[in-house]
Amino acid sequence: MKKYAVKRLIQLIPILLGITFLSYGMMRLAGSDAITQLYENIGIAVSPEIIEEAKAKLGLDQPFLTQYFVWLRNLLQGDMGTSFISGKDVFHTFVSKLPATVLLTCSSVITTIVIAIPLGILSAVHQNKTIDYLVRFFSFIGNALPNFFVALLLMYVFAIRMKLLPVISSNTDFCSIILPTVTLSISMASKYTRQVRTVVLEELGKDYVQGARARGVKESVILWRNVLRASILSIITLLALSIGSLLGGTAIVENIFMWDGVGKLAVDSIVMRDYPVIQAYVIWMAMIYVFVNFITDCIYRYLDPRVRLEGGGL
Amino acid sequence: MNVIHRNHTKKKLFVLLILAFGLLLIAIFADYLCPYDPYEQNLNLAKQPPSASHLLGTDMLGRDLLSRIIIGSRSSIFSVLLLIGIVSVFGTCFGILCGWQGGRFDSIAMRISDLFLAFPGLVFAMAVAGVLGGGLHNAVIALAAISWPKYARLARGQTLAQRDLPYLAAARLAGCNHWQLIFRHILPNILGPVFVTATLDIGTMLMELAGLSYLDLGAKVPMAEWGSMMSNGRSMLQTAPWIILGPGGAIFISVVIFNLLGDTLRDYLDPRQRGQI
Repeated sequence: MKKYAVKRLIQLIPILLGITFLSYGMMRLAGSDAITQLYENIGIAVSPEIIEEAKAKLGLDQPFLTQYFVWLRNLLQGDMGTSFISGKDVFHTFVSKLPATVLLTCSSVITTIVIAIPLGILSAVHQNKTIDYLVRFFSFIGNALPNFFVALLLMYVFAIRMKLLPVISSNTDFCSIILPTVTLSISMASKYTRQVRTVVLEELGKDYVQGARARGVKESVILWRNVLRASILSIITLLALSIGSLLGGTAIVENIFMWDGVGKLAVDSIVMRDYPVIQAYVIWMAMIYVFVNFITDCIYRYLDPRVRLEGGGL
Repeated sequence: MNVIHRNHTKKKLFVLLILAFGLLLIAIFADYLCPYDPYEQNLNLAKQPPSASHLLGTDMLGRDLLSRIIIGSRSSIFSVLLLIGIVSVFGTCFGILCGWQGGRFDSIAMRISDLFLAFPGLVFAMAVAGVLGGGLHNAVIALAAISWPKYARLARGQTLAQRDLPYLAAARLAGCNHWQLIFRHILPNILGPVFVTATLDIGTMLMELAGLSYLDLGAKVPMAEWGSMMSNGRSMLQTAPWIILGPGGAIFISVVIFNLLGDTLRDYLDPRQRGQI
């Protein structure tokens, strides 16, 4: 197991390098001249000599690859540059906002699990009965609603009309996390319920289930002991895959509810073209996503003896 | 039983195709369908609730919302269809080439697509749109950048599955060259899943494009686009909720139609999966 984890970690290196390279290249392309940009933002007209000098000082006159490696070395030391707008250290700003987003993400994932897994199973077990149609109907509706629309609707009903919950979140009390969480969970759970249902249905259709039924094993025993145990792996993998869309969704939802996390920070910096912050956001999100998938792979391997025993399975 | 099912699916498909085509017609003839000029401001009529003369009400500048939604269908639906068209053709060709060629080209290409898939979709799109600097065109480019690997992977997998089937060996023995094999034999066989994926993608992309516009990374003011209309209406939520309800409803209805169409198309092309997904 340890050996596998190390092997997978080593395999992650090229992906992480690629992520940083792509992000760096993209931002360089955009703000090809950080210095000019910087002076433009301050609003002073400066002579070309001063700009050249400042560039040389920051190493911006070096070839692209050299610059990239210098930047990468700084990145590894936790130096992601300073914000064009606030002049603050990007890394620290980012780390200070990260917990809020992680909290929101976790609460949404937990809510999604609590809603989607039981409903998915229920709907699969009662295939083509009323409950199945109901679950499918609602998951279909949830799937077709953009999350900002859901957010605004919830806000209108629960915060403005019924005045039950705060319109603007404050990160400190429990009430303000409810609406953002519900918004994110609705879109995520509607997708996930369908996926869970498919996985369980597929498992229920296998021969061994029929064999067990023929031998008189109780339905509940088949479901809990065999079918769910067999489908839990795919259920976990699918959950990890949907974290990606969740991370993107937090940006919109944080913005609507004024949740002070990295998503809101990112949108604000995109609007103000604060490239170092955008860069930090892309890299952080990609890294989180890659590591979530890495952990999922490890769990998968740990839970599934077949994959573990095959030795390779990469 | 199966025949009945198939006829039923066929009917459903027919109805949905008509609905989707109807949406397209609305987008094409938007100019003639608007009851009012969608860009004409009239502050005397600002924030009117839905009434007989303005069916969906007016926004904060007194523009008729129904007209703006109809005109907005053009930017929303056309750009998404264009996007899906280009991305699915490009991704599929790329994927077929990878699967067919194999070897080093394939592994390098797949690593590149891995790299794109390593970014959470919308996060990457936001960054690309941010770098390119907003605007509907740039939002479409950003969404294209995140969605091509899906088609490439799908087409590659399908091509790999077809490559060693006997019928291809037979075609090869009959003297077909590479291009004939790819276009006459492989392509028709893998087109079904690609088509289904593309149709289902229309809904997703409609929502993501609207999301980018909502964040001011897509269509620019005063262009009528559903996402940016909602973003404008957000601050009026308390006094004029209909400003977001109209465009939101329009997105919802279009997504429902295209999603249903995709599901039905899959049922029609692959009856084995009926009722499973």
